[in-house]
Amino acid sequence: MDAFITHTGTAAPLRRSNVDTDQIIPAEYLKRITRSGFEDGLFKAWRTNEPDFVLNQPQCAGASILVAGPDFGTGSSREHACWALLDGGFRVVISSRFADIFRNNSTKSGLLTVLLPQPEVEALWAAVEAEPALPVTVDLQAQQVTYSPGGGQGVTVPFRTDEYTRWRLLEGLDDVGLTERNLPDIEAFEARRPSFLPKALPVI
Amino acid sequence: MPKTLAEKVYDAHVVRSADGEPDLLYIDLHLVHEVTSPQAFDGLRAAGRTVRRPDLTMATEDHNVPTLDILSPIADPVSRAQIEALRKNTREFGIRLAPMGDRDQGIVHVIGPQLGLTQPGMTIVCGDSHTSTHGAFGALAFGIGTSEVEHVLATQTLPQYRPKQMAVTVDGELPPGVSAKDVILAVIARIGTGGGQGHVIEYRGSAIEKLSMEARMTICNMSIEAGAKAGLIAPDQTTFDFLQGRPHAPQGADWDAAVAYWTTLQTDEDAVFDREVHIDASLLTPYVTWGTNPGQGLPLTGSVPDPADFADEDERRDVEQALAYMGLTAGTPLREIKVDTVFVGSCTNGRIEDLRVAAELLRGKHIDPDTRMLVVPGSVGVKAQAEAEGLDRVFLDAGAEWRGAGCSMCLGMNPDQLKPGERSASTSNRNFQGRQGKGGRTHLVSPSVAAATALTGKLTAPADLTTVEV
Repeated sequence: MDAFITHTGTAAPLRRSNVDTDQIIPAEYLKRITRSGFEDGLFKAWRTNEPDFVLNQPQCAGASILVAGPDFGTGSSREHACWALLDGGFRVVISSRFADIFRNNSTKSGLLTVLLPQPEVEALWAAVEAEPALPVTVDLQAQQVTYSPGGGQGVTVPFRTDEYTRWRLLEGLDDVGLTERNLPDIEAFEARRPSFLPKALPVI
Repeated sequence: MPKTLAEKVYDAHVVRSADGEPDLLYIDLHLVHEVTSPQAFDGLRAAGRTVRRPDLTMATEDHNVPTLDILSPIADPVSRAQIEALRKNTREFGIRLAPMGDRDQGIVHVIGPQLGLTQPGMTIVCGDSHTSTHGAFGALAFGIGTSEVEHVLATQTLPQYRPKQMAVTVDGELPPGVSAKDVILAVIARIGTGGGQGHVIEYRGSAIEKLSMEARMTICNMSIEAGAKAGLIAPDQTTFDFLQGRPHAPQGADWDAAVAYWTTLQTDEDAVFDREVHIDASLLTPYVTWGTNPGQGLPLTGSVPDPADFADEDERRDVEQALAYMGLTAGTPLREIKVDTVFVGSCTNGRIEDLRVAAELLRGKHIDPDTRMLVVPGSVGVKAQAEAEGLDRVFLDAGAEWRGAGCSMCLGMNPDQLKPGERSASTSNRNFQGRQGKGGRTHLVSPSVAAATALTGKLTAPADLTTVEV
């Protein structure tokens, strides 16, 4: 997984709540067995059926920060949703509420999810709608989002990420290697598991 | 310190706990299917890792499988390649697989309980959000993404943060014709699709205690639609009776030891929940969703809501978008909505009891001539049992289609899909845009509402049938 330290880019305002993972990447794309190349399926239905859809707008063409309504990423556990956003050029999603599994998946795939209060999301929507080329910086080291509407006074919005996840993202570390350091603890736990617990092996 | 049921199960699985780190949780059972696992196996291979506990891992084919002509090669080459990848991976890593045609094949959340692999007090994960289903047995069961699938394959553990605790208490007597599906749709309509975020929900109360295991699974299944990490129900005699004698249930002295332990899996009297919700079962009626997320539901006696009635601007916009997609006009009575397709099946309502309920309403009758009805058993085992009971004949005689086992039209990864603009009454769990096929429109309902709807061609409660000419 790529490390995430700080990112500056333009933002796309997605004024919808309950953006489920079926919208982010429809099920038909999940038949693939690769981990990349999902950009063609990103928001496929909305991009196809809705000319006004924000990501169809030329001013959002290079956007790398998605600013979405509450309850982003509900539904299916498909990590393909994170991969599709990354493949589509996004490094950050900002929302006031994320579905748990989506948020968890994002921390495993190097997509930064930033939780901001809804009024801050609204302010950012207004700013980027007024000025689509506005550079927005998301700094995981400092845990803040910064932007300067109209070239004027900068806005700084702090956010929180749990320290452990922040460290992992800053270092670009994957969990399996970290867990393997604790192998003796796993072996000790296995030694004391009750004997009545089931095995998945076939019963003849 | 008094603990909730979920806290007891969580604490019993902590391998390691350290300040400033997530807990490392042991996983008792890892269920695998073809869609979310290929990249995880690739990850293992790339790192030269093995599967730590193949004996605690089981795989099946469910999402992609056709429900017609199941013994022929899959026509869709991309689906076929994914199934073949699962077969290759399970062979290479020594994992048991129930492939298409196997007597144990079926939707992953139907076969776990059916085989007795799902037991109280266990931790169970799967790369599928409806893993919460297994919570019906008092297990802590939750869906994970592909990176976590790889992590569990490699280490049989997961780094986890302690979830918050929510109680949903349902007391009183469910009226006739009102089922577990209506309970959970009502819960989601009440707390919203994000209401359970960060929480594990324990369903409790006299109405829950009276439910069968199948009904409890329906409720826990849709915990994810309420945004919760997991949902569970304390095990009791109903749970033990369901499990006893199943292939993987403990036997002899192991059974006694297990029951003695399972009996302790109750929330302590003084345990504190972070949030509590109370529902009076006697006030519930059949529910149906009208919109494009599972929280957009109403009693079937209601009408399509008017966006103008929503004060919040964002909410009004969401309702407008949902109605536009669903092709509905504000104020239309829900009972007047005509459907094209009825789907009975899925990990929510594809078990034997669901099929019995639907068959009873159809027995000796014929479905509406303009309506297609698809009945898809959740597993080969459910299919065999239904056929032994003659339910397949009831469905076929009524004009419904009787299919092979799989996820089918719940998410349309196989050929069972809605066409653009088609409308379904579906016993599945998600009414998202395009979920059942591009441009398809989904109304989530219970099995009895689905069957009643098939008879009339319009959204119908079973109680309406006595007054409707069929």
